[in-house]
Amino acid sequence: MASKAVLAIGTRKGLWVATSEDRVSWHLDGPHHPMTGVYAVAIDTRPAVPRLLAGVTSEHWGPSVATSDDLGVTWDEPDHAPIAFPADASLERVWQLQPGSVSQPGVVWAGTEPSALFRSTDGGRTYSFIEGLWKHPHRTEWGAGFGGQAVHSIVPSPDDPSRVTVAMSTGGVYRTSDGGASWEASNTGIKAYFMPDPYPEFGQCVHKIAQHASNPSRFYLQNHHGVYRSDDGGVTWKSIADGLPTDFGFAMVVHPHEPDTIYNFPIETDGRRFPPEGKCRVYRSRDAGNTWEALGSGLPDSFWTAVMRDAMCTDSGSPAGIYFGSRSGSVYASPDEGDHWHLVADNLPDVLSVRAAVIAS
Amino acid sequence: MRVSVLVPGVLRTAVGGASRLDVDVAAPATLGSVLDSLASQYPALDRKLRDERAGLRRYVNFYVDGEECRRLDGAATPINPGAEIQILPSVAGG
Repeated sequence: MASKAVLAIGTRKGLWVATSEDRVSWHLDGPHHPMTGVYAVAIDTRPAVPRLLAGVTSEHWGPSVATSDDLGVTWDEPDHAPIAFPADASLERVWQLQPGSVSQPGVVWAGTEPSALFRSTDGGRTYSFIEGLWKHPHRTEWGAGFGGQAVHSIVPSPDDPSRVTVAMSTGGVYRTSDGGASWEASNTGIKAYFMPDPYPEFGQCVHKIAQHASNPSRFYLQNHHGVYRSDDGGVTWKSIADGLPTDFGFAMVVHPHEPDTIYNFPIETDGRRFPPEGKCRVYRSRDAGNTWEALGSGLPDSFWTAVMRDAMCTDSGSPAGIYFGSRSGSVYASPDEGDHWHLVADNLPDVLSVRAAVIAS
Repeated sequence: MRVSVLVPGVLRTAVGGASRLDVDVAAPATLGSVLDSLASQYPALDRKLRDERAGLRRYVNFYVDGEECRRLDGAATPINPGAEIQILPSVAGG
C-alpha cells in the first residue's frame, strides 16, 4: 500500500502540517489556528482515519483542544470547553496530548498547566479530570519552571491500563498503578541541583521522559541538567550522560522499533541555551545511553537556538524518520534514523511541538 | 430586563453570525449575570470570554455603555435596563 509521512508542527503562532512521499521533499500547509500557541500536537493512528489533535492557546480567547479527521482541512471543537478544572483552578495551557495504548482505542491523555492530568475516552474531544493527582499532598509544593508549572510528559503503560507515568516541571516523575487514584513520586537518583537537598523525594525539574512500548520497565529522561535511564519502571534512575557533550537539554525520544536507540539534542547549560559551539547536532545512542554519537550530516554549523521538549519526535516508518524543530523556526527531518538531515521548513514561528506518522496515502 | 451585547466579528461564528444579541436577564443585573444568561445559549462564545471559574479573560474587554468594565467593578459591574455591552479583543500578542 502506498504511504506518506505526515508531520504536525506546532508553533507559537499556529500549526503547520507537512506531508511527504519520500520524507525528503515536503509540502507545507498552514497556518492552522493562526496566532495560537500550539504546545501540544498528536497524530492518533489507532482509528481507521488518523486524527490530528492540537492543544491551542489564544492570548485572547483562552485554551482549547481542536481535532481534525482530514489532516487539517477541517477542524472541530466542542461548544463546551473540552478541558476544564472543577472548581479551584482554571486551565492555562495544554502541554501534552498523548493517545493511550492500542488496547484502549479512544483513550487520550492530556497534561496541563497548572499541573494536572485529564483523560478522554472519545478520541480526544472531551476530557475528564484525574482527581487523584490533583489531590496529591505534594501539589502545594510543586513549583513553576521558566515555562510554567505543567504536566508535560505522559507515558501510559502499553500493557496495563492501570499504570501511567507522568513528569512535570517542577515536581518530577509520578507513577500510578491504580488508574490514577493514587500516585507516588518516582525520582530516586534524579538530581535537583537548585535545591538544598540535591536528591529530594520530589521537586526535580524533569524536562521529558520517554519509553519504548516493547520494554515498559525502561524509561529515559532528560532533566534540567542530567540525562537518566531507569531499568525498574521508574523506581530508580542512573545517569547516562557520559558521552554527551552536555547534560542539559529538553528533548528525549525513543526509536519506534529499537527500544535501546534514543535521540537527544544537547544544549550547553541552563545559563547558555545554545547547542555546544553553536553547532546543530542530534545525539544518538544505540545502546540505551551507554555510548553516544553526534549526527550532523545536513545540519548547520551555526545554529544559535534551541530545541524544546516536545519539538523532537520520530515517525513509525522503517527506516525510522526523526524530526526536530527549533525556536528559530527551522524544522529538519531525517528519513534514515538520523544519518542524514533535510530542511522541511524555515522561518516559521518558534517551534514548540512536532509529531509525525507514516499513514496510507 | 433586556440588554444588548455587541459581538466582534471574530466571535460571530459562535453565535450564528449575529453581531448584536438581545439578552433577557433578571434585575438587578451585573455584567456577570448577563454573561451567565448568554452562556446557557452560547457556550462556545462563553468559553472564549471567561474561564471555567467565570473569570473574565485577561485580553478581552467589556465596554458597558462605553466604559471598560475593569474601570468599573469588573464582572460585578451593575447593568441597567437597555444597557449596551460591547465585547472587544484588547491589544495583545506580538
